[in-house]
Amino acid sequence: MEDIKPVMFKVTVDGVEVEVAPGTTIIQAARKIGPEVAPPAMCYYEPLKGSGGKCRACLVKVVAGSAKDPRPMPKLVASCITPVQDGMIVENFTSPQVVEARKGVVEFLLLNHPLDCPVCDQAGECHLQDFAFENGTSTTRYEEERRTFEKEDIGPYVQLHMTRCVLCYRCVYTADQITDGRVHGVMGRGDHAEISTYIGRAIDNDFSGNVIDVCPVGALTDKTYRFKNRVWFSKPVDAHCDCDKCCGNVQLWYRGDEVIRVTARKNEWGEVTAFICNTCRFEKKKTSDWVIEGPTKVNRASVISANKYGSNLIKKPDFALKLAESQFKNIDDSRPYVNDMSEIKQSEDYKVLKQINDSYFKK
Amino acid sequence: MQLTNRAKKTDKSELSLFERSYLPSLATGLGITIKHFFQAKPTIEYPEQKRYLGPVFRGHHILKRDEEGRERCTACGLCAVACPAEAISMVAQERVKGEEHLYREEKYAAVYEINMLRCIFCGLCEEACPKQAVYLRHDMFVPVFTDRSDVIYGKDQLVEDMTHRYKRDAWTKKDAMKLWK
Repeated sequence: MEDIKPVMFKVTVDGVEVEVAPGTTIIQAARKIGPEVAPPAMCYYEPLKGSGGKCRACLVKVVAGSAKDPRPMPKLVASCITPVQDGMIVENFTSPQVVEARKGVVEFLLLNHPLDCPVCDQAGECHLQDFAFENGTSTTRYEEERRTFEKEDIGPYVQLHMTRCVLCYRCVYTADQITDGRVHGVMGRGDHAEISTYIGRAIDNDFSGNVIDVCPVGALTDKTYRFKNRVWFSKPVDAHCDCDKCCGNVQLWYRGDEVIRVTARKNEWGEVTAFICNTCRFEKKKTSDWVIEGPTKVNRASVISANKYGSNLIKKPDFALKLAESQFKNIDDSRPYVNDMSEIKQSEDYKVLKQINDSYFKK
Repeated sequence: MQLTNRAKKTDKSELSLFERSYLPSLATGLGITIKHFFQAKPTIEYPEQKRYLGPVFRGHHILKRDEEGRERCTACGLCAVACPAEAISMVAQERVKGEEHLYREEKYAAVYEINMLRCIFCGLCEEACPKQAVYLRHDMFVPVFTDRSDVIYGKDQLVEDMTHRYKRDAWTKKDAMKLWK
């Protein structure tokens, strides 16, 4: 049998080249390079099959389609659903057109999103906050009434705020793929589209709590954690337990000695790779239920790290120290030190000084 | 080397006999002292008398209510995270039916405490507040306390009294700029 070497495609994102397997999407290739070139994503969620292509947050410019056909793509493309081709050149943050388009996307997503961050439990770990802060403008041009919905109760554990929903469909895919029966979906179309469960059927599946973690905004939040604390006042700690239903790897959020919330662990893209069951999430809220692994590593730029970690744990940027080191020069102090006053008075320096300040001396 | 022309040359010439007697200097000094007997006194009798400290003085904290008397604070925690002295703490609660006339939004601060020993009156909480709820009064001091248990101010001391509302010429920096242009 012939030994087939796997074909690798060469892709350039923002001037950085990376080799990826065929079938990879642009966003995956960019994420392989690192967070400095990876486009933001509101709806795309790597562990959920079929997600992506809805929010337009990840639009990028393809300046060369492939090595064989180096024509640029006519419009900006959604990087989460566009597969790479060999020799493709992608511009993300380096393209002014993309940066401008993303400002528009932020504006569209915020059209119907209520600005109730002070009330919302997601504030501080909200992807829309991050996305708008990093890519949007600081003012709004919207004056009309925002879309509102009738409040709906979807069970004792999950709180649904339909007004905050950005219709990313992540929770729908989660309910479809992680849970067995489909009880959670999108009703209506366009402006009227809303996340809901079938009437009278609350979500009671063992893994239904994961819709809280996948939700990029505060539309689906933990009812047991509702208004308990702001995210940045609680302290995240990694922990695990033996669970027969799920992997048991979680994050505990502490206020003092009290566990106020249990969530699944998120990777650097804010995605949960190992989902946890409802028992772990909602029932086990005692430290004795868990084996503590240690504090979660929190990005220094994140508000979650505010007022929490001692100065010995904060890694400061080493730029200033490096600069000081490179500029350091030893002081040349090899000149002789003269103590004898008569010797000083005979020196040239002293004579010049005396001449300048002559008027101050007593006549 | 002379950098500026501000240097004054001291007169180091020899004093005359009359000057050496110190009588003229004594007379000048006594003259200044006696002159002040007949001038208006700048001293005020604090604490009986108090001086107006200006519109930008930062004194006693206040949690404002809106026009309808509902509390503006939603316990978002931005003042507490902005506070460099970590003086502010709060506990949030959900508004239940029938409390709409008390609290403006669906969440409110059930407990809101400021430790006045920690507070440095920098005004960052006022600046951070997205709901225009917390302000530092320009017309009121935090009074002297004699007991440590008096130091932590709760909502009973902080929330605005609707019969004596706190008024200001300008509530935002923008308004203030317009006023004092």
